[in-house]
Amino acid sequence: MTFLTLSRRALLTATAAAAFALSGGGAFAQTPENVLIVGQIAEPQALDPAAVTAVNDFRILMNMYDGLVRYKDGTLEVEPSLATDWTISEDGSVYTFTLRDDVTFHDGSAFDAEAVKFNFDRMLDESHPYHNTGPFPLAFFFSAVESVDVIDPQTVSFKLNGPYAPFLSNLAYPTGLIVSPAAVTEHGADFGRNPSGTGAFSFGEWRSNEAVVVQANPDYWDGAPELETVVFRPITDANTRTAEMLAGGIDLMVEVPPVALNEFQGDTYTVHEQAGPHVWFLILNAKEGPFADVRVRQAANYAINKQAIVDDVLEGTAEVAAGPTPPAFAWAYNADLEPYPYDPDKARELLAEAGAEGAELTFYVTEGGSGMLDPVAMGTAIQADLEAVGLDVTIETYEWNTFLGNVNPGLEGKADMAEMAWMTNDPDTLPFLALRTDAWPEAGGFNSGYYSNPEVDTLLEAARIETDQDKRARLYQEMQVIVQEDAPWVFVANWKQNAVTSDRVEGFSLQPSFFLLLDDVTKN
Amino acid sequence: MTGYILKRLVSAIPVLLGISVIVFLIMAMIPGDPATAILGSYATPENVEKLNRDLGLDQGLVPRYFIWLGNMMQGDFGRSFALNRPVIDEVLDRFGATLILAGTSFVLCSILGIAAGVVSAARQYGFADKAITFVVLLGISIPSFFLGMMMILLFAVRLKWFPVSGMWPIYGDRNFWVLLDHLAMPAIALSVVATGVIARLARSAMLEVLRQDFIRTARAKGVRESRVIWRHALRAAMVSIIPILGIQAGFVLSGAVYIEMVFQWPGVGRMLVDAILKRDILLVQGGVVFIAACYVMFNIMVDVAQALLDPRIKT
Repeated sequence: MTFLTLSRRALLTATAAAAFALSGGGAFAQTPENVLIVGQIAEPQALDPAAVTAVNDFRILMNMYDGLVRYKDGTLEVEPSLATDWTISEDGSVYTFTLRDDVTFHDGSAFDAEAVKFNFDRMLDESHPYHNTGPFPLAFFFSAVESVDVIDPQTVSFKLNGPYAPFLSNLAYPTGLIVSPAAVTEHGADFGRNPSGTGAFSFGEWRSNEAVVVQANPDYWDGAPELETVVFRPITDANTRTAEMLAGGIDLMVEVPPVALNEFQGDTYTVHEQAGPHVWFLILNAKEGPFADVRVRQAANYAINKQAIVDDVLEGTAEVAAGPTPPAFAWAYNADLEPYPYDPDKARELLAEAGAEGAELTFYVTEGGSGMLDPVAMGTAIQADLEAVGLDVTIETYEWNTFLGNVNPGLEGKADMAEMAWMTNDPDTLPFLALRTDAWPEAGGFNSGYYSNPEVDTLLEAARIETDQDKRARLYQEMQVIVQEDAPWVFVANWKQNAVTSDRVEGFSLQPSFFLLLDDVTKN
Repeated sequence: MTGYILKRLVSAIPVLLGISVIVFLIMAMIPGDPATAILGSYATPENVEKLNRDLGLDQGLVPRYFIWLGNMMQGDFGRSFALNRPVIDEVLDRFGATLILAGTSFVLCSILGIAAGVVSAARQYGFADKAITFVVLLGISIPSFFLGMMMILLFAVRLKWFPVSGMWPIYGDRNFWVLLDHLAMPAIALSVVATGVIARLARSAMLEVLRQDFIRTARAKGVRESRVIWRHALRAAMVSIIPILGIQAGFVLSGAVYIEMVFQWPGVGRMLVDAILKRDILLVQGGVVFIAACYVMFNIMVDVAQALLDPRIKT
């Protein structure tokens, strides 16, 4: 029976050959100096800031483009960028910007007032010759803009349809980043794959599903970056991303899953954390059912052990939320606000007062989604807490897009509560879109729980047109106290974004805006 | 034979049309639309409506289907809005990567599976048979994505023999050896289950053949045992092994979805998962139709190969 011997020998030869072959390619080159490899969570959609919506894409774009203004390092306050200065007209409806005169786009064309006008007309004017390079899903950030006028090459003015205070921080958002008109003209709809801006890094190449490579812009007006090259690698699976970080295949990893954080203890890695403008909450249906009674809504806030959710489910990657405005908006946040304490007895008392003991509740839970953290585990913990005070909670779980399709049109007739999370760039956005009476779903807003308080409406309308930041801040602070008392939501958590860097990376810090800024980073 | 091939090709047309209708209807019926997926938290009815108009999704289902079908007949699969490039470019790129992965796995599992099955059958109830059966059952029972993660932990993170993920290195030359380096772990992880299935079925096919008269005749004529097994018996058993290979090729292709996720292989499976989550309608539809067409073609090829091997099948 020689066949076995033969095949065994063949097998051995094959194995040896394979091992030899693999060891040839398997030499592990360390990633080169001053080349930073970033582990991203997904393939970007496009490198056109006007056309994208995902934080994942913003992380690349913020390094390739500048806006007229930007957020000051470590804050959510606006400072000059491509505009050196600006004036706001008496009635708050005309913004006039003075532009830097020493800036050119990566493609060599000049940055001037005409370029600014081109950018906003492209997004907003349906008859603009390059409006068809869209769609521009977030163009409504600038829906208040009536016209953009070139005064002279270094001066541009925006005429709004009325006073609109969030305008400046909307300009600091990626949707307001300025692209090269020459490049848009040249590439048309393919501009998103042939981008050109004014930023610290210029576009190198985009290898689909492998990497986006950007190179240092030696002529950057704000000082050339230290890094020569940055490579953004899409690694969608969080476990694989963690493994790449551990194996040294990437130098910087964003969105580390909470359970993987303890892999990165010790000197080899640095874990960065930064609370951002994020709030995770439960929408309560204030129109019908048990939550129409404010005491039941408050009871839910008392009954849920938010600290346990933050510590045990989220492994400390979030903080307990106190109200509708995240503390990251330091200037507009009411620091006197204390979160609802965990007090099941108080919750039972309120439920008894309201006669809502044993009430049956339908609870919409999502499987995932932008900013939703760990929604299934959190939903289960919340269900258990509410059942402990005598409520009868039924969970219905949906995939994210289906979930939004159910929640956004309003909870009426469907559910009593739903999970939700928002990340915004201005303290105006979330309450204005989700807490006003005029923002009920039938009016086109996101107030899916039908909360209504005329006082809150007045405060939010007033804050939106107040251009004095201190006065505006006081209006938001007052609003937060009322909303916390009315409890239209259960305020659960503010997410702390995290990232891990290897010990070769220096000068990196996360921003409260959740953007990734790499112009001061070095790698040895 | 030409007539047989033609007949099989013609019969594929209604299958593909049916698939196009089904995938179109599924994408139309699943809740959530592309505009909502793009806008996320900002999906007001007003914004959704405007974006749907910009994406050309405001027309009725029937005209949309026929426009899509008509364009496809002319080779235009449309443009993926989530990736901002023509669907066909993306599908071909990705399908190439999947073919490399699935093709390697398929070759691995065919060779190893048949070899293991033949050895098992030749040594029925012997030590080799028992050992192979044990390993095969173990392989069939481990989910491939879990095996993949364990392989990454051991061979990439701890031992640093192989890169963790991807198809090409971020730096340096692209040649056959670095591809092999990246391919080794995902291809092996993907082939394990199919190897097991093929081994089991090849074993019973061989056992059946080994009991037949012509094998006894061959042995009686004094043909060497290795020649009896590998030439006479295996060739006869291949008739029932080849259809199994065809089915396993389908399993390897669909199993590639998980492996591509775990190893970040830029293949078509991962592309479809991402596209479905983003409701990237044209990319899902185009991708599915393309894969289905390839699968149908592959099965036709298997049938033809079988007809060539076994004259009785010929029409």
